[in-house]
Amino acid sequence: MSVLTELAASLASGAVKTVDLTHTLDPDFPVMILPPEFGQCARFRVEEVSRYDERGPGWYWRNFSCGEHTGTHFDAPIHWISGRDLPNATVDAIPVSAFVGPVCVIDCAGEAAEDEDYLLEVETIEAWEAIHGEIPAGAWVLMRTDWSKRSGAEYLNMREDGAHSPGPSAQTIRFLVETRDILGFGTETVGTDAGQGAHLSPPYPAHYILHGAGKLGLQCLANLDQLPATGAILICPPLKIKHGSGSPLRVMALVEE
Amino acid sequence: MTKPILKPGRKNPQIRTVHPTLPPAYRSRKALGFTVAAAEGRFCLQRCDDCGKLTYPAREACPACLSMNLRWQDVDPAGQLIAETTIRTSTNSYFRERTPWRTGTVMLDAGVSVLAHIHGDVTPQGRVRMIARTDKSGKGVMMALPEKEVENMADDKQLRELTCDPKHRRVLITDGRSDVGQAMARAMVNAGAEIVFVGLAEEWRGFPGQAAMTEIANVEIVPLDVTNTTSVQECAGEIGGKVDILINTAQHTRPGGIMGRRDVVTSRDEMEVNYFGLMRLMQGFGPGMKARGADGVNSACAWVNLLSVYALSNKPDFGSTSASQAAALSLAQCFRAEMAGSGVKVVNAYHGPLEDEWHQPLPPPKVSPNRLAREVTGALQQGLEDIAIGEVAVDVRGRWQEDAGVLEKELTQIEGM
Repeated sequence: MSVLTELAASLASGAVKTVDLTHTLDPDFPVMILPPEFGQCARFRVEEVSRYDERGPGWYWRNFSCGEHTGTHFDAPIHWISGRDLPNATVDAIPVSAFVGPVCVIDCAGEAAEDEDYLLEVETIEAWEAIHGEIPAGAWVLMRTDWSKRSGAEYLNMREDGAHSPGPSAQTIRFLVETRDILGFGTETVGTDAGQGAHLSPPYPAHYILHGAGKLGLQCLANLDQLPATGAILICPPLKIKHGSGSPLRVMALVEE
Repeated sequence: MTKPILKPGRKNPQIRTVHPTLPPAYRSRKALGFTVAAAEGRFCLQRCDDCGKLTYPAREACPACLSMNLRWQDVDPAGQLIAETTIRTSTNSYFRERTPWRTGTVMLDAGVSVLAHIHGDVTPQGRVRMIARTDKSGKGVMMALPEKEVENMADDKQLRELTCDPKHRRVLITDGRSDVGQAMARAMVNAGAEIVFVGLAEEWRGFPGQAAMTEIANVEIVPLDVTNTTSVQECAGEIGGKVDILINTAQHTRPGGIMGRRDVVTSRDEMEVNYFGLMRLMQGFGPGMKARGADGVNSACAWVNLLSVYALSNKPDFGSTSASQAAALSLAQCFRAEMAGSGVKVVNAYHGPLEDEWHQPLPPPKVSPNRLAREVTGALQQGLEDIAIGEVAVDVRGRWQEDAGVLEKELTQIEGM
């Protein structure tokens, strides 16, 4: 049996299941909020074109609009200024092999529940590796915080001094990029950086360091609690948008029962 | 003394909603000048430019000298009721449904006698103060009020046909996120609104004043985002049948014109709120309000558009926002035409720069949210349709009326050259 035939049989038998890691594209889903004098991320919006009516008697279809960073979405290296001069840094140019690969899930749900500004540090990664083995080069690393279970104002958790949500420290991202050579980093929060990431050094370290090194980002992920620490395969192809800085997408994982 | 209107009971669901009927709607082109003035609450008569004679009713030519140069001019509204009659039957459906109806002849101190609706508290042969207002047809009419304020005067049934008093009515403020929205909600509650629905977009991010607003008695927060068609439709589906007054406080204002911007993203946001947002509201709430223009004491009565006065003529340093406001004004004109026949007034409230974060570097005079709310409330209570709020708006609108071409040249010329 070839690998793929075996996979097909496993999918059919349920030995391998498909987990959806995506939030529904919903007009009310939070987006990143920037100071109002800056350009803003477009919300997801839908306008009906026809619904079996005088606008189109036999069919239902709609126009939708959104930003490249709306909903569960993908960040290409060119998204950040540190990655602007890299080759193949846009979603249409990234080799498709980057969109299917092994995934490591670091469970920080307990820590994030206790500390909304929790920062994932290198020691935690090392402790995780002591149990699950070293993070392989070319892997996706996802930070599980169960933040996706929050809704409404609790999600961005905005206060007068900005958003409060967990994320990685600068040292951690540097470690993952430089020492482990990961493919990309993903979170359940609205960005790959912590809510207070602007006050770290460098500001927004996940964006700055990941994309500066040509690495990828995923955010607004869901259902990370259904993934094993290792052994799953992540599938995350963004839309092939010309010169795109990112894209909403359907993220899935293949998980062995 | 007028008997105060009591808070209406709940509607009997087995009785058909009364279909709006109208008083006579046609006016000649010349006569429409009176309607323009009435919409602003000004009491005008035609005066002959050549011989100075005041004329009533509206005419094409001066009855004294046959000059065609008749101009609508503000005149002293004081006068005396010299004859009156109470109409008890009529072939016009509107009046037939509302008899008895008091009308009479008033001799103005300006020397002309006019026909007018008569307030119930005017005494026979008494001194009166005339007002000009638009009626349910949207056309200018005259009404004689008692010279001095009397108790519950606004509750007179004939006067209430001309006004949009929030008392006992249910109001929707479309956006409660801004200071303007919050001030408007407070003003409507203070004016006796039975309930004030306040739209709130993006509940996932808080805003200053949120807690205080939710604590106001009679305020009910409803999810409403004018940039989201589904949200508007859902809100209209929920409460559209009991919105008597809608005040659109959703506005997107940003400094900047054309070439200073590198893209149309911000301009699109402006259009999305100021133009498409307004259109979504009109499509969502318009039909329900149009059907309820004669629905008893708390009938649907007014739709209020808050418009920058630069909708009339572009202000280049807010050039793109001005353009979206011009689009909104044009849409409001179309809406007036589509709402005609419903008895619901479409009120355009032009305002100058607001006391907000987007006009913060601008020098005074600016319009505070409380003043905006107070003047809109006053306009509703008085039944006005076109108002200018704040010194800048009054000035710009006046100059636009005087000569739109000169105003444009003035607003677009280089300063100090």
